[in-house]
Amino acid sequence: MNEAVNIRVTVNGEVRSHSVAPRETLADFLRNALELTGTHTGCEMGACGACLVLLDGQIVHSCLIFAVQADGAVVETIEGLAQRKAIAELQEAFHQRNALQCGFCTPGVLMTAYGVLARPGVPSRNEIRDALSGNYCRCTGYEAIVDAIETAARRRAEAAAEPEPETAP
Amino acid sequence: MKARAFSYARPSTVEEALETFASAGDEASYIAGGQSLVPALALRLQAPQLLIDIAHIPALRGIARRENWLRIGALTRHCEVLTDPNIARYAPLLREAAPHVAHPAIRNRGTLGGSVALADPASEFPAMMLAMGAELEIAGPQGTRRVAADDYFIDLFQTAIEPGELLIAIHVPAVGPHHRWAFDELARRRGDYAIIGCGMLGRFAGDRIDEIRVAFFSVGNTPVRARHVETALTGGRLGPDSVAEAQASLAADLSPPDDEHTPAAMRLHLARVLMGRLLGRMMVTG
Ligand SMILES: Cc1cc2nc3c(=O)[nH]c(=O)nc-3n(C[C@H](O)[C@H](O)[C@H](O)COP(=O)(O)OP(=O)(O)OC[C@H]3O[C@@H](n4cnc5c(N)ncnc54)[C@H](O)[C@@H]3O)c2cc1C
Ligand code: FES
Ligand code: FES
Repeated sequence: MNEAVNIRVTVNGEVRSHSVAPRETLADFLRNALELTGTHTGCEMGACGACLVLLDGQIVHSCLIFAVQADGAVVETIEGLAQRKAIAELQEAFHQRNALQCGFCTPGVLMTAYGVLARPGVPSRNEIRDALSGNYCRCTGYEAIVDAIETAARRRAEAAAEPEPETAP
Repeated sequence: MKARAFSYARPSTVEEALETFASAGDEASYIAGGQSLVPALALRLQAPQLLIDIAHIPALRGIARRENWLRIGALTRHCEVLTDPNIARYAPLLREAAPHVAHPAIRNRGTLGGSVALADPASEFPAMMLAMGAELEIAGPQGTRRVAADDYFIDLFQTAIEPGELLIAIHVPAVGPHHRWAFDELARRRGDYAIIGCGMLGRFAGDRIDEIRVAFFSVGNTPVRARHVETALTGGRLGPDSVAEAQASLAADLSPPDDEHTPAAMRLHLARVLMGRLLGRMMVTG
């Protein structure tokens, strides 16, 4: 029983082959085997949202998936999003609006925010709060987080609305 | 908060899954989206020796209309329930319930089949099986059978699915132009399990209700159909008087338990209020 299983997962663009115990969660695999410690574990039962990652392009809790289930999948962690500058404007807005204090919840919150910004249009504050219903933050009181996400969404919409710089024919 | 050690199998057909389970005896558990099972394993409420991952069985996928039924594969994820056009058109109660089921990240993994197989009495989708008059397709060693939702919920977390059997698909009678429906729930926070929830689906001739099914969740060990309410409403015109009559008969249908947060009388009161709102919405949409 409990034989180790070989898995191949593409993590942040790199193919990683590893032997894992079936009971090892994707969160523990990312943190311990791959040393990608930006993914945090708080409750390990789907309640706090600190462990959110992208699995085949969708936001999921890495504490609620065993690494073996992710065999063959494409995973992107907060490190991957930061490296390819996919959340640069969110990071900037979080900094400006004081949307983090201890930072424990921040990777998960940024994942949720990334999901919110992927949708077209500027979300209302209520929609942002709704999206954050699965993220616990024990420090900020959420208000600053909502501010920051709203700010980033506005900026993105304004940038998209600006006319393209004219190029000479 | 770590699961006990187990082995892992990933079958690619229903037959293979059933055989794998049979050879493991009672020591196995199926896993679909894992959004209920993984927390249960982490808390060590369950400790199977073998986890059989059914998420890669093509026969459990897909959403297709066949004559007057919509077949929804068990592996359909909550997020697909939210966006699939056939579900929105032919099984709109599922579409209405989906935003209330957990949080976005959980909806990306959790499956409709997993929710209905688990049959948490506080869950939205199981109760909608009753409201829609759905049939559940179940595969076991003796073959496949279809069980009506009315015969499916037996007791707390207990359904017509026997150990080792698989829920294959959910069959929903397609909603047509004469149907009206409404869904809502009262919860402390979006994504939390509801204090009380209700879904209803009626077939109308003008204002007259020819047929109606009203189902509640978070009211006891299983989701419940409010049959006295249905009888009171059937054949009559939907208006303030019939709504009041329906609300008065609800006490005959529900006997919710007392719990530390919500006394039974309060839950019954909230059920009446919620049902009144939903019937009111059906008047407006008529
Ligand atoms: C924080 C949090 C909040 C949540 N809030 C809600 C909520 O508000 N409302 C709600 O309804 N749910 C909620 N859920 C539960 C969620 O909806 C689950 O996804 C769902 O209940 C189970 O689906 P699953 O695919 O994840 O099943 P799994 O966890 O994989 O399985 C659940 C059980 O069903 C069995 N099973 C699964 N599929 C089949 C099948 N095809 N045939 C036979 N047996 C099967 C498994 O063996 C297991 O016993 C919440 C979960 C979390 C973690
Ligand atoms: S650690 Fe995954 S949700 Fe809390
Ligand atoms: S900043 Fe500390 S938990 Fe959110």
